[in-house]
Amino acid sequence: MATKVVMAQLSPTMEEGKLVEWKLAEGDPVSQGDIVAEIETDKANMDVEAMGSGVLRKILVHEGATVPVGTLIGVIADPEEDIEPILAEAAAAEPAGAAPAEEPVVAAPAGEPAPGAATADLPPVAPAARDGRVKASPVARKMAAELGIELGTIPGSGPGGRIIKQDVEAAAAGAEVPAPGAPAAGAAVAGVAAGTPGAAGIVRLPALGEGRLRDERIEASQMRKAIARRLVESIGPVPHFFLTTEIDMERALDLRAELNAGLDGFKIGVTDILLKTAAEALVRHPEVNASWEGDAIHHHGRVDLGIAVALEGGLITPVLRDADRKGLRQIAEETTDLIERARARKLMPEEYQGATFSISNLGMFDIEEFTAIINPPEAAILAIGKTREKPVVEEGEVRVRRRMRVTMSCDHRVVDGATGARFLATFKGMLENPLALVL
Amino acid sequence: MAVITYREALNQALREEMSRDERVFLIGEEVAEYDGAYKVSKGLLEEFGEWRVRDAPIAELGFAGLGVGAAMAGLRPIVEFMSWNFALLAIDQVVNSAAKMHQMSGGQYNVPIVFRGPGGAALMLAAQHSQAPEPWYAYVPGLKVCSPATPYDAKGLLKSAVRDDDPVVFIEGELLYNVKGEVPEEEYVVPIGSADVKRAGSDVTIVAYGKMVHESLAAAERLAAEDGLEAEVVDLRTVRPMDLSTVLESVRKTNRVVVAEEGWPVANVGAQLTDDIQREAFDDLDAPVARVSALDVPMPYARNLEKLVVPSADRIVAAARHVGYIAR
Repeated sequence: MATKVVMAQLSPTMEEGKLVEWKLAEGDPVSQGDIVAEIETDKANMDVEAMGSGVLRKILVHEGATVPVGTLIGVIADPEEDIEPILAEAAAAEPAGAAPAEEPVVAAPAGEPAPGAATADLPPVAPAARDGRVKASPVARKMAAELGIELGTIPGSGPGGRIIKQDVEAAAAGAEVPAPGAPAAGAAVAGVAAGTPGAAGIVRLPALGEGRLRDERIEASQMRKAIARRLVESIGPVPHFFLTTEIDMERALDLRAELNAGLDGFKIGVTDILLKTAAEALVRHPEVNASWEGDAIHHHGRVDLGIAVALEGGLITPVLRDADRKGLRQIAEETTDLIERARARKLMPEEYQGATFSISNLGMFDIEEFTAIINPPEAAILAIGKTREKPVVEEGEVRVRRRMRVTMSCDHRVVDGATGARFLATFKGMLENPLALVL
Repeated sequence: MAVITYREALNQALREEMSRDERVFLIGEEVAEYDGAYKVSKGLLEEFGEWRVRDAPIAELGFAGLGVGAAMAGLRPIVEFMSWNFALLAIDQVVNSAAKMHQMSGGQYNVPIVFRGPGGAALMLAAQHSQAPEPWYAYVPGLKVCSPATPYDAKGLLKSAVRDDDPVVFIEGELLYNVKGEVPEEEYVVPIGSADVKRAGSDVTIVAYGKMVHESLAAAERLAAEDGLEAEVVDLRTVRPMDLSTVLESVRKTNRVVVAEEGWPVANVGAQLTDDIQREAFDDLDAPVARVSALDVPMPYARNLEKLVVPSADRIVAAARHVGYIAR
């Protein structure tokens, strides 16, 4: 049987992908689950797995080329099998291929079997092709959206081809964990039967029980809606405004030095201290740890901090989950790992999506002060400048102090000037009296 | 911890509350001299005397009304119906007087009364005496409706009901009086309106109350053994007000729901719960909510037919497999 290799949609915002490298050459044998190629999405480099076994018969997209999501990039089939119908089909689709098709080509049009056995053994895909409607259970839809899986590309094992939770789990497991010989639907049924749904790489973030924050939506008043509308009319989709303050870093830096002296070579970075401080400040100002949702402001029940990391030719924001529940050392360890893997472009989508607030530090580039652009749907981002020694007048004397300038960009629909200022005052106060951070 | 029957647990609750508060009294058919038709009031006449443990004539509307009046006058009556089937004669007092007095008097009179007795089908009692009354009362604003499954919950909930300042409809399981369970020696209450997870599980939520909790637990054991499906059994304990948050927390974990109850399928507790779940947890559902109930007929007298009508662990197992997409 023949299996198509397609440019899969690997993140919700991915519209096209670049073929970085073929791991196999035409004629090489392939087993289901083998990595056949590496592709570059708008966020990271990811592996493409074989969904079937045989021989890599044809490579249609060469290294370095960028093609829309859904494009046929290769064909796996038995050595003797006739793959012409698939190639013809792909060639026919090409002119239209310039714009990504609504339904990727993997969904073989039901009821129009291609001549020969070419597509006969493809796994049954949800009966989407006909009317463009994909049947999926609500939780399957939600999970697929969270995982960046295109529903139309996976088979549905429920009644009438409904895509159910186990199908999404199987697809996620197949896409993320090399699990040779695990046919999507079969593995899923086994997973449920064994009572282990949620295994294999599914990222779900359940409520953590009683915390200091409550996840809640505060319905927007008419005034709030009017403010939002007017501001958007004024300056684009996210109406930014900026608040700048200068923070005395003497005590925070001393604290860091003291901590590191006792840590046997393990280093807590300034950014780690800033993350911890921001998390604590957000707990005290939940109105900043929030998102605009059109008719409501969503106060998030968790503090997930995005950390802007510069990459060659771009940037990415890995997410430190539940920063408010972690100590400095754990924050430092996790952040180090996240940043390393971000630079290696090895982050999974769930590791760089869904922050509630972000921090961008350009101090190492000798930037004294800058404004950062908010990463929607977050409501604010903190831009950190370089800490430098400055003359400061204190009690009538000029003293040299280490000072850091920070600028918070705020989404005015969610955060008003005074709200942001109060948050920043807390942030500043905690850094200037940092002992509480080690609690 | 002492292991006692559901009947004894109720008896302890009555004794403790009558000792604690002298305004509490018990009235009903054969509650005094005969110790109650199901012996729930055993020994109470001897202990508290005929002034506080009163035999009533066979006139449910009359003594239910007497209870409402006594409650308005400052006492805390417990009105026992020998069966909730007989309470249909008194439903006017429960619905039109007890439930509404507080609102209609502009808050001048509250009605701290408990109406209690057995409900649900027992064995071959036929159409008129095999009914699950919970939805009739859960429909009424102003009433609280409890239906405990275990001795522990029966005692703790009845004590809360007696102490509640509003009318509580307390429906005991006719087939549960001999069920045994652990009950602590020390004082405790179970708050009205709180559900309880009787068995933790990850794959399907079974929501039930009263006798169906036991059927659900039996079904859960079978599902674990035969299908590897771990069912979480949520015991509502109180039907109104319903503890939706406990149910939703479970649904968000399992993504699949079966609601099981003894009564008929139309406009029942499961219908309400299903509506709440689809609205509050739509994005967490992996399958439509399944409901298990009695069949939609008056109870047949014939034993073989009765068995077909009464909901069972078998039907819960089938429903759980259905929502779990397990074909057998």
